[in-house]
Amino acid sequence: MTTEFYRWTENTWKSPDIDWRKAQTLVAGIDVGSVSSQAVILADDKIFAFCNTRTGSNSPDSAMKALGISLDGTGIKPEDIQFIVGTGYGRVNIPMAKKAITEIACHARGANYMGGPSVKTILDMGGQDLKGIHCDEKGKVTQFLMNDKCAAGTGRGMEVMAELLQVPIVDVGKMSLDVKEEPEPVSSTCVIFAKSEAIGLLRSGWTKNMVLAAYCSAMAHRVVGLLERIGIEKEFVITGGIAKNVGVVSRIEKELGLKVKPLSPDPQIAGGLGASLFARDLLLKSRKTA
Amino acid sequence: MITAGIDVGAKTIKVVIVKDNKIVARSINPTGFEPLETAEKTLNEAAKQAGISRQDIKKIYATGAGRKNIPFADHNVTEVTADAKGTNYLRPSVRTIVDIGAEEARGISCDPSGKVLDFSKNDKCAAGAGAFVESMSRALEVTVPQMIEFSHKSTKDAPINATCAVFAESEVVSLIHSKIEKADIAHAVHDAIASRVSSMVRRIPIEKDVALIGGVANNTAIVEAMKKHLGVDVVVPENPDFVSALGAALLAAA
Repeated sequence: MTTEFYRWTENTWKSPDIDWRKAQTLVAGIDVGSVSSQAVILADDKIFAFCNTRTGSNSPDSAMKALGISLDGTGIKPEDIQFIVGTGYGRVNIPMAKKAITEIACHARGANYMGGPSVKTILDMGGQDLKGIHCDEKGKVTQFLMNDKCAAGTGRGMEVMAELLQVPIVDVGKMSLDVKEEPEPVSSTCVIFAKSEAIGLLRSGWTKNMVLAAYCSAMAHRVVGLLERIGIEKEFVITGGIAKNVGVVSRIEKELGLKVKPLSPDPQIAGGLGASLFARDLLLKSRKTA
Repeated sequence: MITAGIDVGAKTIKVVIVKDNKIVARSINPTGFEPLETAEKTLNEAAKQAGISRQDIKKIYATGAGRKNIPFADHNVTEVTADAKGTNYLRPSVRTIVDIGAEEARGISCDPSGKVLDFSKNDKCAAGAGAFVESMSRALEVTVPQMIEFSHKSTKDAPINATCAVFAESEVVSLIHSKIEKADIAHAVHDAIASRVSSMVRRIPIEKDVALIGGVANNTAIVEAMKKHLGVDVVVPENPDFVSALGAALLAAA
């Protein structure tokens, strides 16, 4: 079997302390993105479990898989979950979700939960799109800007580069920082052209690390361009898979002259987490009116 | 007088030799990683074909993306100028030229003498260039000629929404997974590139006759799709990939 260098590590986490049976509300948010899917289980207002997996060829199966992995071993059956909100690229196609909410609203809400009320600017670097979002202290979206037409600056673009250089994608960031001198960024915008450019650079004697550095800095430059159009207010956070790429994040920080506030437990679950928080709101509201 | 035109493209290098206003040789090679060596080799092949020596060539003009890196060329001209000159020589009635290369597409409007009046181009993005067709053929796991053949057999429309070639590749993969016929996917791919190129060309006035040149003009499925999207008939001159090099050689003789 050939190595799939683009494959990032799928992960799952379960709370060791929370007893879900005692929770007043048990809800879930499922984010079916173009490349990755997440499910977050919320017991009352605490994260009980989450998982992060690769999106398959159709949305319903990907949603089911994400939910299944996050529930695995917890004793929770899907029917125990009282409300599910779907979000992401495939949100309209999640059969078990009672409601679909845009990923922009969900990312802001999730980033607000993880980063606190001081978070004002969110950069979501997803698999196939790039979003700059402004929100208020409650995590409500006030403004946003997105690019979903072009792979430059997206996770998918980075996967293409990892495959080309045969470098596991999780190592890209660290390797890109291991260079003696920061090279000139890759000049092509288009990922297809950047690929040809990278091949040329390798041929001219550049190391893989240098090519990765040049690509990470081109990517950082591109997203900073998008952010500058919307403006940056502190605190600033990054969500999505690329938030885990230290090579891109540190170069964004350098270019902006600003630190990125880290998000815990996982910047990639912001959308799913936001969806689960909306699910809880909706459940509480329906109980009140019932 | 004998002159040569060298078109240093992103994917291939083309040479045309012109003697007293007649084409006497043409040669083409993949650009590879050493464009200068390839240019040298291609020129020598063309000279051999014409039965002349390098010294017989009085002037050499370069064009194409790598035109500035050919030290043995006497001068270089933009692809737009070369395209207009070359097309005018082959088809004097053409007023609008669409050139689709491997990494760039252009729309050019010219007067009856082959002088450029206006142009538009895209060189930032692979959508709407030959590179798009190639990456889709890889996704479909067929060769480009096979993809063209498939495309002509299509009976149904299959939607490709993505603009980006990288995203379209994922889309093609999911169309394959959902059991859409390869013929229909191939057709959708050609339709997508033609739609992108047409909207770029529409930034200039489209006047008849319209010619399609560049390597992609050899793709009959694209030609058909371009006719549909532009709503006019499209002529393809003989050896459409050599038109820029021809134009450069003619300009060198002027």
